[in-house]
Amino acid sequence: MDNELKRELILDHFNNPINKGLLNDSSYIKEDKSNASCIDHFTIELKLEDNIVKDIRFDGEACAIATSSLSIAISKIIGKKKEEALNIIENYNRMIAHEEYDSSVLEELNIYEDISKQPARVNCALLGINGINDLLKK
Amino acid sequence: MNYKEDFPVLNEGIVYFDNGATTLKPKSVIEKINDYYYNYPANTHRGDYKISLKSSDEFEKTRTCVKEFINAKSNKEIIFTSGCTESLSMIIYGYFYNKLNKDDEVLITKSEHASNIVPWFDLENKLGVKVKFIPLNDDYSFNIDNMIKEITDKTKVVSLAEITNVIGDKRDIKKITEICHERGIKVICDAAQSAGHIKIDVQDTDVDFLALSAHKMLGPTGVGILYGKEELLNEIDYGKKGGGTTISFDSKDEIVYKELPYKLEAGTQNIAGVIGFKEAINYINKIGLDNIEKYLLDLKKYLVSKLSKLDNIIIYNKDILGFTVAFNVKGVFAQDTVIYLDKYNICVRGGDHCDKKLKDEIGINNTVRISLYFYNTKEECDKLVDALSRNNILEESLGV
Repeated sequence: MDNELKRELILDHFNNPINKGLLNDSSYIKEDKSNASCIDHFTIELKLEDNIVKDIRFDGEACAIATSSLSIAISKIIGKKKEEALNIIENYNRMIAHEEYDSSVLEELNIYEDISKQPARVNCALLGINGINDLLKK
Repeated sequence: MNYKEDFPVLNEGIVYFDNGATTLKPKSVIEKINDYYYNYPANTHRGDYKISLKSSDEFEKTRTCVKEFINAKSNKEIIFTSGCTESLSMIIYGYFYNKLNKDDEVLITKSEHASNIVPWFDLENKLGVKVKFIPLNDDYSFNIDNMIKEITDKTKVVSLAEITNVIGDKRDIKKITEICHERGIKVICDAAQSAGHIKIDVQDTDVDFLALSAHKMLGPTGVGILYGKEELLNEIDYGKKGGGTTISFDSKDEIVYKELPYKLEAGTQNIAGVIGFKEAINYINKIGLDNIEKYLLDLKKYLVSKLSKLDNIIIYNKDILGFTVAFNVKGVFAQDTVIYLDKYNICVRGGDHCDKKLKDEIGINNTVRISLYFYNTKEECDKLVDALSRNNILEESLGV
């Protein structure tokens, strides 16, 4: 994907993120995630039913990279089995850490492959998706 | 005046606008610290050999220098700490924790730094004291009449920044203290943002306690000052005890403490930092605090007049006479603006600036803050305004 398209996708998800707004429904589990090194903050809700991720929602204030990466991750993970979701998250973390990873499972999340060139952005790109990871492992 | 020679980092093409977080350090401070480590790196007050006497002498010279800088009555009133946060905690936990009772009232504002809010909340939890916020003006500045209205028979202490760290408004500590003392209320001045920017005179303001950090006024990190009136400092009972604070301790009933200031300086101090701090004060004194204040007020006016012409910028403290500009770019999260400006080697800060209650007042959580110091120039302001006048700030910040 060329850089212009990548930017468009990021800005689209930043300005119109998927599933923003919490339901506060008792069938969801919930977690607050903040970055100690910056000002990003999310509250994430997740509903797991019959080992399938039925829904993920979030609220909070964060930068374009943090918000867009969470929004895209939500769009990829809803409907997946728990193990598939964890596999996506693991490969995403490997990509960000510049380790060997399977890009085929990441789809649009591949747009963050060069984020480590900006050290200030690494934690932003991981905050939301690792919040989902924590909830899946609860 | 051109300061580039004295501040090496300014020659690296960096525009440094994050002085509210920490200032740059001039060569003279760095060299003084190196001189200590190279030539007389001995502990203070404990050796009868030459290099220990030298380090003690240099250490105590800084105390005298600080005493004169804030016009305290005696060196006994100057306690070295690790920074403003520790100074405030020593005042709050070492003095007020032992003096306040349930339902006693503490007055602060929502624009105080976390270090002047969180410890009070802790006392609210532990002692049942009541923390009350003095309502701010519409422009988020301090209102002395509102303070008077909030005072009741239960009010025991008013704790305020002299200059706030986001909005940057200056409070009239002398007037505040006069009003409070008439009513038997103690006053704490958080001078983190005012020290090294405006003149401080603790005898003139008659403030009871004052806290400041060396690193926000050209000095090294890890050094702060706790000032208190001698009789009040003598009543401080703080958790940090031991090395260097006692004359003898034969049993639990026979602990004999040293006199002030040493009884409040437990453990080996940040000797190099304290010694270096003196050079920071000397540097500031050479320029003159009146000159610094005037220069900064003019520079903020200049910056605001330029920024106000940009349609995409919202400024939150435009008309405040101060040294900070808090703003956002429309549609851009504060951190994205900070990362964007970093591409132009312009250092600013985004966030809540340790002021997590201010959002209740201004309705937004995060701002970009420019905090000026005397080595900043109009040319640097122009560079910032030029970068902010482009229409692709968010796109460029992504780095993709």
